[in-house]
Amino acid sequence: MPTVRIPTPLRSLTGGESRVDVAADTVGALVQQLEADYPGMAERLLDADGELRRFVNIYVDGDDIRFKDGFDTALDGVGEVSIVPSVAGG
Amino acid sequence: MSTINALQCRECGRAYEPRAVHVCEFCFGPLEVQFDYQAIRDRISRESIAAGPQTLWRYADLLPVESGWDPTWPVGLTPLQRAHNLGERLGLNRLYIKNDTVNPSFSFKDRVVAVAVAKARELGFETFACASTGNLAGAVAAAGARHGMDTYVFLPADIELGKVRGAAVYGARIVAVDGTYDELNRLCSEIADLYEWAFCNINVRPYYAEGSKTLAFETVEQLGWQAPDHIVAPIASGSLYTKIGKGLRELVDVGLLDEQHTRIHGAQGDGCAPVAEAFARDSMTYRAVRTPQTIAKSLAIGNPADGFYALKLAKECEGVIDAVSDAEIVDGIRLLAETEGVFAETAGGVTVGVLKHLVENGEIGPDDLTVALITGNGLKTQEAIDSQTADSFAVKPTVTSFEQVLADRGVYVTA
Repeated sequence: MPTVRIPTPLRSLTGGESRVDVAADTVGALVQQLEADYPGMAERLLDADGELRRFVNIYVDGDDIRFKDGFDTALDGVGEVSIVPSVAGG
Repeated sequence: MSTINALQCRECGRAYEPRAVHVCEFCFGPLEVQFDYQAIRDRISRESIAAGPQTLWRYADLLPVESGWDPTWPVGLTPLQRAHNLGERLGLNRLYIKNDTVNPSFSFKDRVVAVAVAKARELGFETFACASTGNLAGAVAAAGARHGMDTYVFLPADIELGKVRGAAVYGARIVAVDGTYDELNRLCSEIADLYEWAFCNINVRPYYAEGSKTLAFETVEQLGWQAPDHIVAPIASGSLYTKIGKGLRELVDVGLLDEQHTRIHGAQGDGCAPVAEAFARDSMTYRAVRTPQTIAKSLAIGNPADGFYALKLAKECEGVIDAVSDAEIVDGIRLLAETEGVFAETAGGVTVGVLKHLVENGEIGPDDLTVALITGNGLKTQEAIDSQTADSFAVKPTVTSFEQVLADRGVYVTA
């Protein structure tokens, strides 16, 4: 069961927890489960069309899901999922 | 009196107090400074600017800082040079280059950092930092030294030694991070939260980014208060490009220009050109580049934070965003150096290369007033032209030997 790292702006939804364990087979299912466990999470992560918001990144063991299978990215054997706001480069 | 209304999310529009925050707490969108243009309009004039310092702080009314700046730190107001020779080669009669290679740490990053360091002081920060792979590191280290702040520069551990030296010489603490640039950036955003340090490209970024507008302000002032027909600018994150647009709009908003119709064109290296690629597809959604492969390393941001806004601006101002190959970049560097005596870094080669495309494609006409932004010094990226160094003559210390070598090469000089 992967551990999800919660960024500071979303910790108000998790009661201040920076890491939560979520059981899910795919990233899409994980987002739905997060919403079930911590209501309000989905609208923070997804836009009106249900797509990942432009400035939200989800990493599966360090890999950006945009470079994998998006919400279909499998979580078999995955240890850590990170939700990270985009950081602009310099 | 503050001329800042708020920080506003560019995605969902939520407004925030102007503190050291950079992302919207709701949707993670980037925050941007919103000014009170009416108040600025009442106090600013071409005369008040002309009477100001010979630095970018002559535009302080349009920058998001109330105090804390040093108007004698010689950033900005760089030369706008008429480029007759380059213009002749390209077929342009009214070409200028904005020469930002001559800032204190030799790139336009000194502009954004000057604003960031002033804001950091104003907000009470004592430590100034950035995550960088290049120009930003040197700019932050130099400004930190000048302003007496503790300075930390985070670099990937495998970075070129020259870039480490270029920041270390100013006394900055260099933190070499064993990880990718992306991992390093994530580390820095966590450190910014924990330690209450001012990170240029993280928690003070909304202020920092405004510094790029001064390139547009100066260009217009130096042209005798007229907006050019075209500006060509490099694109990495897209921040500079979009702020050129914001700067030109503001000049109209505060009454310094009656109107402006500048077409702002963007330039990328084709080994990392997510914005140019989306532009070519006529799409507003860029595809992030996972492994950038271009000699224009200062532009090699695969996931450009302002990519969407750059595409939006290009549509609005009828700009073109184009890309050039490594060979064209080197040609651009050499062409600029050989015609104008200005040695630009690879980003300058990208800009000149795209300028050439735009002329060839008829986007820029021969009599159009055109400005190319040359944003960094070539001494920073000498390896890019290593294989292209000019022909050198090896001779013995005698005139006979010298003349023999000339003759061998078919060069005859009349003594």
